[in-house]
Amino acid sequence: MHEMSLAEGVLQIIEDAARSQGFTKVKTVFLEIGQLASVEVEAMRFCFDVVLNGSIAEGAKLEIVSLPGSGWCMKCATTVPIVEQYGACPQCGSYQVQPVGGTEMRVKELEVE
Amino acid sequence: MCTTCGCGTGEVKIEGQEAHVHEDGTAHSHVPHEHATEVGKKYRHVHETHQHAHEDHEHSHEHPHDHDHLHFGLGAAHSHVPGMTQARMVQIERDILSKNNDYAAQNRALFEKRGILALNLVSSPGSGKTTLLVRSIIELKQSIPLAVIEGDQQTLNDAERIRATGAPAIQINTGKGCHLDAHMVGQALLKIPLPDESLLFIENVGNLVCPSAFDLGEAYKVAILSVTEGEDKPLKYPDMFHAARLMLLNKCDLLPYLNFDVALAEENARRVNPSIEIIRVSATTGEGLADWLAWIAREREAIAAERQENMQALKHGMANLEDNLAAVQG
Repeated sequence: MHEMSLAEGVLQIIEDAARSQGFTKVKTVFLEIGQLASVEVEAMRFCFDVVLNGSIAEGAKLEIVSLPGSGWCMKCATTVPIVEQYGACPQCGSYQVQPVGGTEMRVKELEVE
Repeated sequence: MCTTCGCGTGEVKIEGQEAHVHEDGTAHSHVPHEHATEVGKKYRHVHETHQHAHEDHEHSHEHPHDHDHLHFGLGAAHSHVPGMTQARMVQIERDILSKNNDYAAQNRALFEKRGILALNLVSSPGSGKTTLLVRSIIELKQSIPLAVIEGDQQTLNDAERIRATGAPAIQINTGKGCHLDAHMVGQALLKIPLPDESLLFIENVGNLVCPSAFDLGEAYKVAILSVTEGEDKPLKYPDMFHAARLMLLNKCDLLPYLNFDVALAEENARRVNPSIEIIRVSATTGEGLADWLAWIAREREAIAAERQENMQALKHGMANLEDNLAAVQG
């Protein structure tokens, strides 16, 4: 959806961490992206390369961990796996499913030196 | 440059913050980067890179990606990288949008402190947002202090339309960007007169995708859907209708000429957001406008009541402290 802004968000987080943790080179960036987070991973990779150019993370590898989607179905009163937001419950077909996992967009960790 | 929606930054302009040109011919504006001087240089490089990337945009899909990490996270590499020498791992665990959310929290704190109702108006282009806004302002401006922040990719047209009503307005041009973010709004807030307990409309960029993810610090998002669009828009763009508190179904005066199923559109909106409120309006005829204005009045009253309550609590606390002080002084 707006992968450029997200990539810039990642760079800001890296720069904040570089100041507080005192590193000068980032070798690998580990992201956790939920399956329900509306992020196009390929677009993210492209933007990532562009945004990180000229920064301390230029040339860093991008590792994306995909987290599965899950939701709380009101009717079944249980957690069910879901593959799209606002989709139907795979058990009962109800649309009253509240996503509880898989919406994450997080910088997990950095490999630095 | 975002391969999905064309989103990017580096060309944001807020009225009153002019761009300037250097001797070597490079032009840039000193608008709102969140970063002060020391980081500023680095950002300029980044932006220059954007330009190149943009030109190369079409090649992006051929860009060779390293696919041997596709199953990363299933194995031991999740937290340990083989061959690690001087390198070390730094745990971050921060949400990618945390920076925007920090700015949004600052805006929200300002609004709460001063009892301002801020509404983030979102829709696709051409839904009649600005016309509806102009009409609403004409009805409200005698009784309520209000102001407008206008977001568009280019032109000052919308802010000029708003100012023609006599209401203060400031235009943000997002340049390549596809949405307003909380920092842009924070900058605009510095430039617009906003009395206590006033009403702030933030008209977002016409886009049903990206603005849904960017909190501006508003009290609510208000989604505008016009009956000249499809009934299935809430299903096609669920994030936006899920994020909105209220949906205004606009251009209802045209219903006799269209095959638009109002009940179906409303059902679709409730499917992605069971608690969404819906008001049918026409900015042209004024139909439903009274309901929309009543909704605004209700929300303003709630905010004003909360502010009074907070002030009473503070005064009460202050009185207690003064009593304590008096007791100590004896």
